[in-house]
Amino acid sequence: MTGPAREREGHRPSRTHPAKGRKAFGNRDGGRLLVLAPALGWLVLFVAAPAAILVAIAFADSDPGVPPFRLALSVAGFAVLAEDTYYLDALLTALRVAATTAALCLLLAYPMAMGIARAAPGRRVVLLALLMLPFWTGFLLRVGAWIGLLRDEGWINSLLQSAGLADAPIPLLYTEGAMLVGMVHAYLPFAVLPLFAAFLRLDPSLGEAAADLGARPATVFLTVTLPVTAPAAAAGFLLVFIPAAGEFVIPELMGPPEAQMVGRVLWQEFFQNRDWPVAAALAVALLALLLVPIRLFQRLEARP
Amino acid sequence: MRQGRLVRAAMLAGFAFLWLPILLLVAYAFSADRIPFQWGGFSLRWFHALAADERLVEAALLSLRIAAGAASLAVLLGGAAGWALARFGPFRGRAVFGALIGAPLVLPEVVTGLSLLLLFVALDILTGWPAGRGATTVLLAHATLGAAFVAVVVQARLAETDRSLEEAAMDLGATPFLAFRTVTLPLVAPALAAGWLLAFTLSLDDVVIASFVSGPAGTTLPMALFSMLRLGLTPEVNALGAVVVIGVGAMLAVAAILLRPRRG
Repeated sequence: MTGPAREREGHRPSRTHPAKGRKAFGNRDGGRLLVLAPALGWLVLFVAAPAAILVAIAFADSDPGVPPFRLALSVAGFAVLAEDTYYLDALLTALRVAATTAALCLLLAYPMAMGIARAAPGRRVVLLALLMLPFWTGFLLRVGAWIGLLRDEGWINSLLQSAGLADAPIPLLYTEGAMLVGMVHAYLPFAVLPLFAAFLRLDPSLGEAAADLGARPATVFLTVTLPVTAPAAAAGFLLVFIPAAGEFVIPELMGPPEAQMVGRVLWQEFFQNRDWPVAAALAVALLALLLVPIRLFQRLEARP
Repeated sequence: MRQGRLVRAAMLAGFAFLWLPILLLVAYAFSADRIPFQWGGFSLRWFHALAADERLVEAALLSLRIAAGAASLAVLLGGAAGWALARFGPFRGRAVFGALIGAPLVLPEVVTGLSLLLLFVALDILTGWPAGRGATTVLLAHATLGAAFVAVVVQARLAETDRSLEEAAMDLGATPFLAFRTVTLPLVAPALAAGWLLAFTLSLDDVVIASFVSGPAGTTLPMALFSMLRLGLTPEVNALGAVVVIGVGAMLAVAAILLRPRRG
């Protein structure tokens, strides 16, 4: 990801690049163009153009035709968002759920990252694989596993009933709690990885020095470990928060019917109500809300 | 040390939280019971049922084809982009280029999916292509997503390898193309392979973007799975989970071997 420093460099024309004997393949302007042009063309077509069209349709008028919009310079879509608290609530609920998910992930991630970083190198590789493997095993299958655990006839409820702890099934699935469990499970590795890297870089003598000077473990953690790893914790928080804010699948499959997060509302506006301008306006509003977290994350990533 | 033990216990609890649902999903795939997550004795009947479910098998084959195509395209695009970002020095428009290639990494899936769908609709109206949506549009969307990840992996790999290796080859008389083929390419090959696997898995795992940009003829495995899970869990999903967990475990082992740091 490009940092602010690199962006400033980027304005310098390439011709000032010092000629150093024969230039590597792709370092001559012709070769460079051969590499850059197809990639740039692709990105303009499949990244820049879709974004421009999204914004254009957010300002379009709804229309009963096919496609269901008429290009215009109208703020009708945004007016709908502003007038009906349903949409504002969906945006706020998404931000609240995403923040809760990210905070819970950090809480779990701290000891995991610390433990993995402190393990012997051989064991560390195994622990890292154990951390990443769930992430690769299919997100929907993991959601399916939680459905199997949490539903009324599920594993947890039959365990509780056979242990005599419950007479009737306790409704666990389709609650906000279930949704949060699913989201934390899905995003936890994102929070652990930056913290793990920070703990790996952390000089153990810092904590030892504090301990030698009489600090108790809790004090060492609060006054040394926490401040040193804070940027990594912030990066981990944002790495969870940004995708979680737009999450659609987990609220849909595990959340309560009334928990309308913006991802779900956008989906319904588009597929059920066929109101493309409102759906596009929602997407633009979500992006606007995420702009600050995204920039913040890119700053943290660009740190040395 | 008391603190060390506390950290270890909390770490193990975290791993248990991550793994318990997955292990149970795999274990109960071998249960004969019709109700998922109930033990009814050992049986492979749900694997047979899974193999006989034509809709799922068809969706799985389509998904594998899309994932392989998207990953290959992503490696070409992301490889070129990562190389440009790592080796071309400061060129005009570098910041914009970097922002475009990285955008899919930070955009919410619903936004990426919606905007790509709107693009395909607009292209269809303006040019008559892609003439409806399906496997092709999903492949294009997934290639774009995968390229972002490949570019990061390739750029990181090139940043940690020494540019002077290529220069040394040319000082010894190699043509730029020969230097690229015999020095640069072998250096980034592990990153390209890992990037391919990453893009492949991302494509196989995506339901949101695929649902937006696909059409009636392009139901991918995650899309089929999603509509099944809306109605709850079935033992067939358990069996599928077992197949995927074991398959992905094998694939990850291959990736780990490819990415092993080389000495000398």
